[in-house]
Amino acid sequence: MQVKLIRRKIGLIVRLNGELDHHTATVFREVVDKELAKDIVQNLVLNFDNLTFMDSSGIGAILGRYRQVKAKGGKMVFCGVSKHIKKILQMGGLLTIIPILSDETKALASLH
Amino acid sequence: MNYMKMEIPARSENESFVRVVVAAFVARIDPTLEELNEVKTAVSEAVTNCILHGYDNSEEGIIWITASLEGNKFSLEIEDRGKGIADIERAREPLYTEKPELERAGMGFSIMENFMDELYVESALGMGTRIRMLRSFGKKSWDNH
Repeated sequence: MQVKLIRRKIGLIVRLNGELDHHTATVFREVVDKELAKDIVQNLVLNFDNLTFMDSSGIGAILGRYRQVKAKGGKMVFCGVSKHIKKILQMGGLLTIIPILSDETKALASLH
Repeated sequence: MNYMKMEIPARSENESFVRVVVAAFVARIDPTLEELNEVKTAVSEAVTNCILHGYDNSEEGIIWITASLEGNKFSLEIEDRGKGIADIERAREPLYTEKPELERAGMGFSIMENFMDELYVESALGMGTRIRMLRSFGKKSWDNH
């Protein structure tokens, strides 16, 4: 899995490419945490456009980042969510706390 | 009945490999993409459990996978000879996890139950765990629950 970070003034965009499971969650966690630790950005956009698979390991990894973002007073939003990934997020209870926007532009706009 | 068996070392890099193999096995009965994704997720949860809990993330041990198809009826067994589950009822509860420090959501069994028709768990302490899951295709998907 590849994790691409794009730093914008309003927040950090995280583009996930590939499959998010127990094995790859480590990469996601490390890359995002390293950036969050710099305390430059508060908000996080998770872009799932190119995420082809996710299981419950993804739920745990996303929740872990959500807690950090929230502790620093930031917001987290999702975009590019496929039907299957939406099901997983829903089962994990994430959709009651994190909104889904249709694309990156709308996701960024929602942070204002 | 058609079937396949495989064994792999309990390493996390093999999770995606098992998903792909089982998906390829099921693909011959022409499931929908949705059904295929659901099977892959159930496989992923079971294999992750073997690695993370059965073998305590040691990356040691072996996982056995058996899949069979009879008509549109799919059966999947995933087995480890790891530490076993002390309380199966509790392990199956949503949000319960033994490893919160590893950011585990405790949703593995719930997802397997949701995506498959039937789920059976056999486990003995110090002996290992065997998960058996059944699913009929062309009948339902998670959306219709």
